[in-house]
Formats: sequence, structure tokens, C-alpha cells
Amino acid sequence: MTILVWIEHDGTAVKDAALSAVTAATKLGAVHALVAGSNVAAVGSAAAQIAGVDKVLVADDDAYANALAENLAPLIAGLMGDYDAFVAPATTTGKNVAPRVAALLDVAQVSDILSVEGPKTFTRPIYAGNAIATVESTDAKLVVTVRGTAFAKAEAHGGSATVEPVAGTGDAGLSSWVGAEVAKSERPELTSAKVIVSGGRALKDADTFQGTIFPLADKLGAAVGASRAAVDAGYVPNDYQVGQTGKIVAPDVYVAIGISGAIQHLAGMKDSKVIVAINKDEDAPIFQVADIGLVADLFTAVPEIAAKL
Amino acid sequence: MKILVPVKRVIDYNVKPRVKADGTGVDLANVKMSMNPFDEIAVEEAIRLKEKGIATEIVVASIGPAKAQETLRTALAMGADRAILVATDDAVEPLAVAKILKAIAEEEQPALVILGKQAIDDDSNQTGQMLAALLGRPQGTFANAVTVEGDKVIVAREIDGGLETVQLALPAIITTDLRLNQPRYASLPNIMKAKSKPLATKAPADYGVDTAPRLRTVTVAEPPMRQAGIKVADIDDLVGKLKELGVA
Ligand SMILES: Cc1cc2nc3c(=O)[nH]c(=O)nc-3n(C[C@H](O)[C@H](O)[C@H](O)COP(=O)(O)OP(=O)(O)OC[C@H]3O[C@@H](n4cnc5c(N)ncnc54)[C@H](O)[C@@H]3O)c2cc1C
Ligand SMILES: Nc1ncnc2c1ncn2[C@@H]1O[C@H](COP(=O)(O)O)[C@@H](O)[C@H]1O
Repeated sequence: MTILVWIEHDGTAVKDAALSAVTAATKLGAVHALVAGSNVAAVGSAAAQIAGVDKVLVADDDAYANALAENLAPLIAGLMGDYDAFVAPATTTGKNVAPRVAALLDVAQVSDILSVEGPKTFTRPIYAGNAIATVESTDAKLVVTVRGTAFAKAEAHGGSATVEPVAGTGDAGLSSWVGAEVAKSERPELTSAKVIVSGGRALKDADTFQGTIFPLADKLGAAVGASRAAVDAGYVPNDYQVGQTGKIVAPDVYVAIGISGAIQHLAGMKDSKVIVAINKDEDAPIFQVADIGLVADLFTAVPEIAAKL
Repeated sequence: MKILVPVKRVIDYNVKPRVKADGTGVDLANVKMSMNPFDEIAVEEAIRLKEKGIATEIVVASIGPAKAQETLRTALAMGADRAILVATDDAVEPLAVAKILKAIAEEEQPALVILGKQAIDDDSNQTGQMLAALLGRPQGTFANAVTVEGDKVIVAREIDGGLETVQLALPAIITTDLRLNQPRYASLPNIMKAKSKPLATKAPADYGVDTAPRLRTVTVAEPPMRQAGIKVADIDDLVGKLKELGVA
């Protein structure tokens, strides 16, 4: 079986989530990688060094500059004549593109896989991770998205794949990219951080959230996350949301502060190695999954903890 | 312009799902069912576009059991004009749902189809993108803001790094994210009024769609259970534990 993996990148570097997708794909067969973008020769060379990748296809065209699904899907579907499976990371961009490819191929996609159980069999979470389904595809080809936290990252170096240009399919003329507001932060990225400090509704407002959560995160060298309630209330931007419908994280240590532990939040963090919870309500559901719990008012406890570290 | 909003009947988000002992699925007997929360946001967005004078008619559609009528009535009570139930007792996968929706869209010719980004039962996050592919139309997924301007729609999208804005040619497909709007509750008079709004019942075969599953469910199991750990007595104890973990 030969697999085409879509390599997500930021124009210069390969994203970690793509490395996890490569690992999942190597469990199915021989891996070829697709780098699509504008002026992406450097990304193509980087992809060629990923351990486990045999060949890199580079589609260099302005139409792919912003990973618009309308332009990428026909390119990928066109290449799939030579492949048995298409694999993408389950990032927001992967989730945007892969089903469009699957529909063009008339294939049922397997979303967000946790493991590869056989040539066409996978496990995946359903109902916010409250159940794990094992599903077997009966389609001739596979389209799969991969949960990054469930697979180790492939080594970014050590491989020596051949690099081959492929012709683009051009601009579909359906959509155009207007702009992006991407916050730059000195902190580690949420989905790859070793330590995460998250805050919930209890943090009152944006200033209080920053003044309380950030100093502790700084002490721990941690990324900052949040519950939906904290994001909806505008304490932090939307990309901080951890959960069923936000980011899935699995750090070594996850510190949940003023978060009750709704199933939708747990869905995004319960695979963390150690969960620490601080909540003033001793019956908060978060304590049912926490390894270390502290029942306390966060407004006194958190500054004191930060000071003592 | 007309807007089509597909709505799915799913387990209520407040219910903790239980896996059936025989491993065939999740137990839905006597469980509270509701409209998929993302679909409520989709209905709300359509209603707001109608209130702004941009949309003229809102058609809601659901593929599912007879009980999905309740979900459609909820959407009608919120303010949709007309409903289509595509009745089937089978579990229909996103690809087949998208094919049925394509047939409905070809009949109804909506300028916008607004779906939820994800159904909270199967967590697939596929249907909108698949529908866009099948119709050959642009897609604005994970929408945080939607603005119609002439024959275009501007969609701000929630992405991993923040927000991204795209411009799509109409007709277009949109899927909703949580921050798009805050859905309204239906008022009692509107719930009464919704009872007499038109609801057509069809079958997948009416649209020529084969709904046989492509994915075979081998088994459905409980996830590994996490054991609750310890509660520390005080802050010093917690600080000590964090130091033991080597994170501080
Ligand atoms: C479709 C859908 C998708 C969703 N997706 C997500 C998702 O991806 N991620 C997510 O997080 N949620 C999600 N939710 C929302 C989820 O259901 C909960 O509403 C949300 O997680 C609650 O956030 P919270 O824990 O911050 O707030 P609350 O539930 O209000 O909890 C606040 C907690 O703070 C504690 N507290 C208050 N004051 C103090 C204090 N001074 N000191 C210490 N503790 C204090 C309280 O005891 C309480 O436990 C989703 C919901 C829906 C319907
Ligand atoms: N059976 C269905 N009936 C109507 N709409 C559906 C159905 N299944 C999915 N949808 C729509 O597609 C969206 C995404 O669902 P999914 O791809 O299953 O996660 C939902 O939020 C609905 O808007």
C-alpha cells in the first residue's frame, strides 16, 4: 500500500502535526509526502529529510499559498490515482481539506484516528471521547485524519527521500484568501507543549486571566489554554480553547484552574500524563480525573504557588 | 436569497454517553436528545440574515428517524420557514448525508447552506466540506463571522493559530463555530406557530441516494478510565508535588 500524506507547513517549516501523520501513515505502508504551497522548495527539502518518507511531491503554485481547500482538494484527488490512502493531520486545516478530497473520491473519511489496527481498521473517538469506535473502511481507497497527540512525531531528520515536482491544478476561482490574525506568542505552542496551564470561567475577565494565569505559566515554562467559557467570555482568543471542539492536548502536566471539568473540556485534555486541578468546589467533576487536586480559592492560591516555585 | 440549514438530532450535550455492554454502540434509549448545538448556531445565523433583509426564506432539513421532526419543529419555532425530513432509521454517514443534501440543494437552489462544523455524536466534522465538494462550491468552515456582500460572502474562520478571513463566491457552504452567535430560545407563541409550518417527509430513495454504510463498526468500547488521584492538603504540598514532577 502506498500512502500520500499532506504535509502541513507555515511556508518555511513542517508542522509537528504533519510529523505525527507521517508516523500513522508508516503503519499502513510506504509513505509519499505532498508539499503544496507558493515558493516551497525549502519545505520540500525539509520534508525529504523526514524519517519514513520515500518520496516528496512538491506542488509549487500561488494557488496553494494559503491552503485553500477549493484549490488543494482537486490537486490531491488528481494525485490519488497512484495511491491507496490519503492521510492528513486533524488540524483545522487538515479538517478543512480532507473531507473535500474524500467526497471527490467518493470515499467515507475516517476522522481523527487514535490508532491503526489493521490495513483498513482504525480506532477513533466518538461522543467527545466517551466512547472509542473501532471502524473498518470498505472503500477502495482510504481518507484518514490523524489525532496528533495519539502518534509520536516522525524524526524530522535522517530521511533521504527523492523530491519530484508535480503540476498544479490552478485556482478553482471559488474562493480567495483575505487575511489572518495570528497571534505571535513567546510561549510554547499549545498542542506540543510539555506543560499547560489552563483557566476557566472563574477568571472573571481578560485582565484577571492574564494577571493570574500568565505568571504561573511563565514559572512553569508552560503554554496557556482555556475552557470554552473563558474563550466565549473574551478572556483569551479562540485558539486557546481546549476540548472536544477545540484543541486536543496531551502534555506531561496539565494544570486546570477554575475549570469545572465538563465532558467537552475533558475530551481535549484527559490524555495528559498528570492532571492538576485547582478549584474551590470540592465536588467539581475535574477532580474525578485529576491526579493532584487542590481545593482552594484560586485568587489566593495561584499567586502564592507562583511565588513559591 | 434562500438559505438551507441541515440540522441533526443528537444526544443532548449535557448527557454523559454510556457505551452499551455488547459493544455495538452508545445507549440512546431514554436519553434526552436535542438539536446538535452547532446546528442551533447555524439556524440562528440564517435567521439573523433574514432579519437583516438578506435572506428571504430558510429551509431546514434533517436526515434521521421520525423523531427528528421534533428537531425540525425546534428550528421552525426559532424562525425557519419550512422543513424537510428525510426519514430513515439507519445511521447515515456524512458522505451519504452530503449526497442527500446535494440533491436537496439542487432542488431548492439556496445561495447559502449553513451547517454545523461537527455533530457532537459522531464528531466527524466532514459533512459541510463534502457537500461543498459534491456541489463544486466554496466552503467557509468553522465560521466566527459571516458577512454577505453582493454575490460574495466574507467568512472569518477559527483556525489553530487564530482567525483567518476568506471571500467566497455565492452560492457557498458555511459551517459554524461556537463564537458565530448565541442562539435564541424559541418563545411559546413561536413554538405554537411552528406546529403549522410546512414539514415535508421524504426518503433517501426519493433522492436516489444509497445510504449503506462504508465504514463497518467493529466495536464500540469505553475509553481507558482515569482514576481520581489525591487531594493535597495545602499550597506547600502542591508546590512540592510540582517540584517532584520536575516541572518547576
Ligand atoms: C457544542 C459544545 C461544544 C463545547 N466544546 C467545548 C470545548 O471544546 N472545550 C470546553 O472547555 N468546553 C466546551 N464546551 C462547554 C462546556 O460544556 C462547559 O460549558 C465549559 O467547559 C465550562 O467552562 P468552565 O469550566 O470554565 O466554566 P464553569 O463550568 O462555569 O466552571 C467554573 C469553575 O470554576 C470554579 N470556581 C469559581 N470561582 C473559583 C475560585 N475563586 N477559585 C477556584 N475555583 C473557582 C467553580 O467551582 C467551577 O467549577 C462545549 C459545549 C458545547 C455545547
Ligand atoms: N443526519 C443529518 N441530518 C441533517 N444534518 C446533518 C446530519 N448529519 C450531519 N449533518 C450536518 O452536518 C454537520 C456536521 O456533521 P458531521 O460531519 O457528522 O460532524 C452537522 O452539524 C449538521 O449541520
